[in-house]
Amino acid sequence: MQGFLLSATVYLAAAVVAVPIAKRFGLGSVLGYLIAGVVIGPSVLGFVGAERQDVMHAAEFGVVMMLFVIGLELEPALLWRLRGALLGLGGLQVLGTTVAAGGIAMALGLPWSQALAVGLILALSSTAIVLQTLQEKGWMKTDAGQKSFAVLLFQDLAVIPILAVLPLLAVTPDLALAPAAADHASGASWAEHLPGWQRALVTLGAVALLVGVGRSLVPALFRVIARARLRETFTAAALLLVIGIAVLMQLVGLSPALGTFLGGVVLATSEFRHELESDIEPFKGLLLGLFFIAVGASIDFLLIGAQFLVVAGLVAGLLAVKALVLWLLARGARMSHDQGLLFALALAQGGEFCFVLLSFAEQNAVLPSAVGKLLVAAVALSMAATPLLLLFWERVIAPRATSEPGAEREMDTPEEEHAVIIVGFGDFGSSVGRLLNASGVETTVLELDSDRVEVLRRLGLRVYYGDGAREDVMRSAGAERAKLVILCLGDAEANLELARSIRKHFPQLTILARAAGRLAAYELIESGVTHVYRESIDSAMRLGVDALRLLGRRGHAAWRAAQHFRRRDEENMRRLAAVFRDRATHLSLAREAIADLEASMRADGVSGAASDDTAWDAESLRREFGG
Amino acid sequence: MPRPVLILFAHPSYEKSRVHRRLARAVRDLPGVTLHDLYEAYPDHDIDVKREQALLVAHEVVVFQHPFYWYSVPPLLKQWMDLVLEHGWAYGSHGHALRGKALQVAMTAGGRDMAYGPEGFNRHTFREFLLPVEATARLCGMTFNAPWVVSGTHAMTDAAIAEAADGYVALIRRLGEG
Ligand SMILES: Cc1cc2nc3c(=O)[nH]c(=O)nc-3n(C[C@H](O)[C@H](O)[C@H](O)COP(=O)(O)O)c2cc1C
Repeated sequence: MQGFLLSATVYLAAAVVAVPIAKRFGLGSVLGYLIAGVVIGPSVLGFVGAERQDVMHAAEFGVVMMLFVIGLELEPALLWRLRGALLGLGGLQVLGTTVAAGGIAMALGLPWSQALAVGLILALSSTAIVLQTLQEKGWMKTDAGQKSFAVLLFQDLAVIPILAVLPLLAVTPDLALAPAAADHASGASWAEHLPGWQRALVTLGAVALLVGVGRSLVPALFRVIARARLRETFTAAALLLVIGIAVLMQLVGLSPALGTFLGGVVLATSEFRHELESDIEPFKGLLLGLFFIAVGASIDFLLIGAQFLVVAGLVAGLLAVKALVLWLLARGARMSHDQGLLFALALAQGGEFCFVLLSFAEQNAVLPSAVGKLLVAAVALSMAATPLLLLFWERVIAPRATSEPGAEREMDTPEEEHAVIIVGFGDFGSSVGRLLNASGVETTVLELDSDRVEVLRRLGLRVYYGDGAREDVMRSAGAERAKLVILCLGDAEANLELARSIRKHFPQLTILARAAGRLAAYELIESGVTHVYRESIDSAMRLGVDALRLLGRRGHAAWRAAQHFRRRDEENMRRLAAVFRDRATHLSLAREAIADLEASMRADGVSGAASDDTAWDAESLRREFGG
Repeated sequence: MPRPVLILFAHPSYEKSRVHRRLARAVRDLPGVTLHDLYEAYPDHDIDVKREQALLVAHEVVVFQHPFYWYSVPPLLKQWMDLVLEHGWAYGSHGHALRGKALQVAMTAGGRDMAYGPEGFNRHTFREFLLPVEATARLCGMTFNAPWVVSGTHAMTDAAIAEAADGYVALIRRLGEG
């Protein structure tokens, strides 16, 4: 326990010190973690040692979680759109890199079987580093970002057949016993020993189970938990879900990362999407950070020092070959010049699976240990180089990119995707939401009553279970990119709380808030909300108009009176909001305001119009011209 | 510009407009020009009379920019006239607020020029149809300029609309220079 706490202290302290510094200098968090790893690693301070391997294994789970979160953000429709890039670009990338890297390995004197193994292993790139960096820079939605993502996904798929093929490449095939390596990619799969067709069935069955359970059972379960309103239970359930999927995938010999990704995609359309995302997010971030630190710590500077030129050549060669293959693919896919370069630089490194596969290959006597060690060093360094390459792209290449000839900005089309978040979807919120939807504006809706969420979803409305008061939930609902947030909670206190927290965390959002009554409106105005809507004033006015008409007033006069009254009342409310804390002043000013308003409204008996409404009034004309 | 120009723009369905959208955009950022979008400001037709009168006082040239609807102006512009041009302020023995200012109509019409004349389908010229506006201007002591009309909008090409927009910019500039 003490040892554990001590290492935890070292790792956390390294992260806490290094990451802010790296970010301060614009290097991004990944580089910060890597540097932290190098510093605490055996080559510099030597704070961490034997447990490094375990940390690496645990931390690889960060990748699994990351793919779950990415899956959550990715709706099935988008995945379907990426299928071309996934199979085409991904397939060609793995093939092309294998051939090129393998060819070079052969030219360097490795036998063909080893060369092929090297090629296959080096074809993979680092999902963790690339996606983390792309997300941090906000490049996921760019052309290069989407295509990189597709290629990485294909690579994750390709790990499985590569694992199957590697043992066949062993120098003496009978040495290649199926290893019970504790790594996550092959793992303790019992399906491994089944005949091929049974294995295929089991795999298909597992995927079907995942999709089926994800669709029906999981949301039902979360609904029960949500109803209990126990936040930690929800978090625990979210973790259980991710880990459960990973274990299931391991059992049938599929990649856990891919399984959780699929699980994420299945849940992307469920109401728990945002809540799940924000619950998993911190774990994912921490584990990924640990993983990067472990990579940094695993860089063997002794080996690098001893064979400096060889390692340097390997790193440069690896980056150059991969980037070249990627760049050719980008050309073929007609990506623009700068996006093509970003794509090529982003994926040029070796990946975390390389470590797994290299040790697997060594165990299976496919690769001699000397080659394995060199390649591990080269891959780790190429990973460390990636944030620098992307920094180079950002600072040097991107600024020179010829921007698209700017189409004239349409100033009259306000809609953009999900520019609006609605919190609270009772009668009030849903009326607002339906008006917006009917007008072609997409909204993201958060509601905390899970029963109501279920009913609304049955009606075909896109509503998410989520607590708008939680900053992280708002964030994953898109608060940073949205324009408006509409607060429609029935509980005035909660609504006010929410308005305050949004003003603090998302100052760029324009808030429109429902107010239960005058007092609620005062408080909202006081907290800086300008768009405040008392929930009963409009229906009260409509009722009043009808009452006047039933008493014999003409429709237009009654309606003008209400319009007039409403405007004046609104002005009064805003004036009084400034003094409402001072009871005495408020009371006397309010009394005055009411009297004023009534006097100005007092209808003259004849027309029924308010006396200070001179519109369409011919009285003065009669006086001047009536003679 | 020595003479500030107030454009009272009245179009109930700006989103669907082809011509006015281009005209409005062409002039909205000219120096010395205030483009006042009435249907945007008063979706409920609840016109703020004091504010409108203040705007009028602050400008020398007033432009009614609108499509021709049923041989007349759109209803909100008519409501604006009813409510803002008050007796005792705009006209009458004590109403001199607008005296000496200029009124310009800038209008689009679906029908072609040849339909608007004694021999044409509609029997009257645009200027004749706009007599109520002209008379209003005279009553308020304003000079009424000959209406500027883009006609035949139903069959207008994009190029022709762009040309009309250039013409509109020239007109507004001229008015501003006095
Ligand atoms: C309700 C309505 C009434 C119209 N009345 C006339 C008319 O009396 N005479 C005419 O020439 N065009 C008439 N039009 C055609 C409009 O003037 C024409 O569509 C408009 O000027 C085009 O400008 P826009 O593209 O900016 O909307 C009418 C159109 C509408 C919708």
